[in-house]
Amino acid sequence: MSNTIKVRAKSDGGVAEVKCLITHPMEQGNRKDKTTGQDIEPHFIQDVTIEINGKVVVSGAFSGAISKNPYLACRVKANPGDTLKVTWVDNKGDKDSVEDQVK
Amino acid sequence: MNTDMKRRIFLKGSLATGALGIAAGAGLLVPQNVLAAWNKDAFTAKKAEDAIGALLGNAVTEASDAIQINAPEVAENGAVVPVTVTTTLAAESISILAADNPIPLTSTFVLGEGAEGFVATRIKMGKTSDVIAVVKAGGKLYSARRNVKVTVGGCGH
Repeated sequence: MSNTIKVRAKSDGGVAEVKCLITHPMEQGNRKDKTTGQDIEPHFIQDVTIEINGKVVVSGAFSGAISKNPYLACRVKANPGDTLKVTWVDNKGDKDSVEDQVK
Repeated sequence: MNTDMKRRIFLKGSLATGALGIAAGAGLLVPQNVLAAWNKDAFTAKKAEDAIGALLGNAVTEASDAIQINAPEVAENGAVVPVTVTTTLAAESISILAADNPIPLTSTFVLGEGAEGFVATRIKMGKTSDVIAVVKAGGKLYSARRNVKVTVGGCGH
């Protein structure tokens, strides 16, 4: 998988607001397929990490009750040019990560 | 939190996350950056108190004005409820729960050095209930609640 994460971080006075938008179905596993009547199996992101210059600053864990195509924002100490990395791992072991620079 | 509890949680985390645990053991991850390893007990608990207890080791929280929850008073679509938690406490972690969801814990964030007390995300809510934010600061737990009315539920639709 690739290109599932859009991230933007703008530093203002040494603090950057990091905004991430991830493309993911976030299927909780409590729905049935309306045509087949089969249970839809759970498929959701469990872990998200945000790193600045290789150091984890925010580490999040999700349940299936985070909305489809999750949005996450946090504020971290960072300056323009710092390396930002966002990684997610879901319950099936799929993962993706993206690196960008803080603006 | 005493050392024994930390050790227990670390062990639990290592076991739960196979590869990550090995990476941590091999020193590939910086130890002070404690990861929010996916906590199965907390994420399957059916009551908010049980989830908080399983996640943070203690279900007792103190109501605090230093935590602000921003969420709509009325959410027309329970599948997408924007929630922002801001705190002036020196937060070590922030957790967001929807009290009456079948599984109340929606997310938890461990804030490392350099992270401020601010988290925004979007959650699913099955029905009208309180959104609870739990902040861990200085080894103590603080919480705030805010009622959100849901007109169309977001679970099972």
